[in-house]
Amino acid sequence: MIVPLDLLMLFVIVVIAIATISAKDLFSAVILFGAYSFLMAVVWAEMHSIDVSFTEAAVGAGVSTAFLIAAVSRTARWEKG
Amino acid sequence: MMEWLTQEILAKYNYWIAVIIILIGFYAMIAKDNLIKKLIGLSLFQTGIFLYFISLGDVGVGWGLRSGTTYIIEAIPEGYIYINPLPTALILTAIVVSVSTLAVSLGLVIRIYEEYETIEESEIIEKERVL
Repeated sequence: MIVPLDLLMLFVIVVIAIATISAKDLFSAVILFGAYSFLMAVVWAEMHSIDVSFTEAAVGAGVSTAFLIAAVSRTARWEKG
Repeated sequence: MMEWLTQEILAKYNYWIAVIIILIGFYAMIAKDNLIKKLIGLSLFQTGIFLYFISLGDVGVGWGLRSGTTYIIEAIPEGYIYINPLPTALILTAIVVSVSTLAVSLGLVIRIYEEYETIEESEIIEKERVL
């Protein structure tokens, strides 16, 4: 692993996680969650776990984002309160 | 004191960030009212645990402080480094399981929305009380 890259990306990941759970618009929360998953895939590639990185990029950033968008489009878009 | 700080706090920064991500997800699961927000929190929790496991298996090339693994093959040529494959295999399975649980619970959320016409937990409890 490369320590400065690792630290920088983990910091960005924490910031995106906080933004994800504090967004009132569920659609933007879902897109932020996709960005989070993709950055996590990059972190795992950089930690030499390439197969986990592939799976996360396909399943975490791809399929679960699609599922969440489908669920948000069938229910309410805005979070109340 | 300085050595303790370096060895126990700074060198294991991946574990601390995994704990922070787990706590962010746990907060979302407990405190958020929206069901989809709760599921996103659940996914964050799972990803934090994955980060912890992958950090366990990684070899410490950077500062040489995160290494906890032994080599798989004894007769590795000099200069080759392998990560521990066990956490990688476990997490590969866990990612697939996590997307399955997410899909099933989103299906349940859509069904709840059809029944109650809201996905806010407090409003669902309110409607349950009236019925």
